[in-house]
Amino acid sequence: MTTIITPDEKEALMKSAAVKGRSLWDDAMARLIRNKAAVTSMWVLGLLVVLALVGQLELWVHDYDFLYRDLVSAPPSLENWHLFGTDGQGRDLVARTLVGLGVSLMVGIVATFVSLVIGVTYGAIAGFVGGAVDQAMMRFVDIMYSLPFIFFVIILMVLFGRNIILIFVAIGAVEWLTMARIVRGQTIALKKMEFVEAAEAAGVSKWMIIRRHIIPNVLGPVVVYVTLMIPVVILAESFLSFLGLGVQEPLTSLGQLISLGAREMELSPWLLFFPAITMMITLFSLNFIGDGLRDAIDPKDR
Amino acid sequence: MLGFIFRRVSVAIPTILVIITVAFFMMRAAPGGPFDLERPMPAEIRERILANYGMDQPLWKQYLDYMGSLAQGDLGPSLKFHDKDVGEIISEGMPVSLTIGLLAMGIAVFAGTILGSAAALRQNTSGDFAVMTFAMVGISIPPFVVGPILALVFGLYLGWLPTGGLDPRLGMTPERLVLPVLTLALPQIAIIARLMRASMIEVLRSNYIRTARAKGLSAPAVILKHAMRTALLPLVSYLGPASAAVLSGSLVIERVFQLPGLGAHFVDAALVRDYTVVMGVVIIYATLIITFNLIADLLYGVLNPRVSYDS
Repeated sequence: MTTIITPDEKEALMKSAAVKGRSLWDDAMARLIRNKAAVTSMWVLGLLVVLALVGQLELWVHDYDFLYRDLVSAPPSLENWHLFGTDGQGRDLVARTLVGLGVSLMVGIVATFVSLVIGVTYGAIAGFVGGAVDQAMMRFVDIMYSLPFIFFVIILMVLFGRNIILIFVAIGAVEWLTMARIVRGQTIALKKMEFVEAAEAAGVSKWMIIRRHIIPNVLGPVVVYVTLMIPVVILAESFLSFLGLGVQEPLTSLGQLISLGAREMELSPWLLFFPAITMMITLFSLNFIGDGLRDAIDPKDR
Repeated sequence: MLGFIFRRVSVAIPTILVIITVAFFMMRAAPGGPFDLERPMPAEIRERILANYGMDQPLWKQYLDYMGSLAQGDLGPSLKFHDKDVGEIISEGMPVSLTIGLLAMGIAVFAGTILGSAAALRQNTSGDFAVMTFAMVGISIPPFVVGPILALVFGLYLGWLPTGGLDPRLGMTPERLVLPVLTLALPQIAIIARLMRASMIEVLRSNYIRTARAKGLSAPAVILKHAMRTALLPLVSYLGPASAAVLSGSLVIERVFQLPGLGAHFVDAALVRDYTVVMGVVIIYATLIITFNLIADLLYGVLNPRVSYDS
């Protein structure tokens, strides 16, 4: 059976179709919103950010560095609001987890930003200039890839002291390589597009083409990679913290709380449990958002 | 092929030299030294100790001396363990680290490939979903959480496996290796499974697979003979970074399970400024990672006939 459409209806349909033109970004947004895991993760991440702010502004009933001398290693309880219990020095674990969450998120964001700036600049220049410069720059990246970087970060942290700025810079400087490769690949693909050729023919300067044409078009894959990079960076920081090279006491990070908790897990398992769960939820939601964004922007794996 | 290997090795050697140089000057540039004790020792004794290790010389002279003895295969004496030289420390730690690392890599490649391909073949089913959830867990939980939890459950509660410590005298028995190797392999299994799934899905959609199916080949033949070979390419290029990840993961694993490997030595040595041990471990690890990258590149060419090594 065929549906009969009157000419009037047809015209109306065509009009509405013309009004609702859908760009690639609209499509991507629609796909992202349909992805339940990603949307849930965004809400969860929003909540985590609020909790981290509560921790940073010290709005919680307990201070993160106050020592409750009569409540050392107390298990979680509703009394006194020590919901996650206290640690070996009698500090409230909720407050410490919130502060640690804030530090971990901050490290993730700042270090990722550092690597983003280095990687995008490097990749865009290599891809756009091309030729021998590109070859040399990418050989350098290949060589850097094969270095045991974490060892250099460890040497740096040991030798120059445990400084949070140094953590940002060190991790960021290590993680920019993949970003540079992605951006270079995209740039080379874009360079052959007609609109770039047109801009070149019109006499637009190279720097202007990179800024106005290349960077906005490379943004999609970069956004995806950045989202997936933040959990990697958070893991890298917690890795350092576990080795005793992370942020300084009494400040803390999730990795540091976990490594302290792991040491006392037989007697006070809550010291491992709550920070570990917080970290897992954080990394889960970041990874789900990243995967969701990737599937939305580049849906070929679905 | 030989030309390619030669070219790569001729790049690798300067790379290692640069790594050694950077590590050398980075450590010397930092404040503090291996002989800074809580109580300062008399200047006379201090001078004599420094002279004994050649550390009273100007820095460039020390560097040249170090490179000279390195060229003869001598990594120098440890500055903290007075009765050992670095070669001994490394040859003690190396078998442990290498065993754990290679086993973890092998398991990760094997399990990751199978899980990822299986998920791709059953795309968007509950099986696929289960594998991807497992992979998400694997990349989201740091090994230093997995390790203690596994030790707690299998060692303490269930009592199936010994919890910690590898006694060098008892050797590396399989049951002592299970937990460290699994913990080290888990994130890599997860990453490889994700990688494998994505590339397998892409390959299964390509025209030549449709052709293979259309001409009546059985499903196993299509997958194992035609699809697998192409789908493995991204995995092969990941092997280099994976080896670096496993080596740095071993730093944590050796600490969690108290294994006397190289990674544990490295962190301890860095903390007490034992320059020669740190340098020795960095050199060994850099060489290992570069070797793995080279092997991965060669393997890539074997699988992908379009790559030509003679350009």
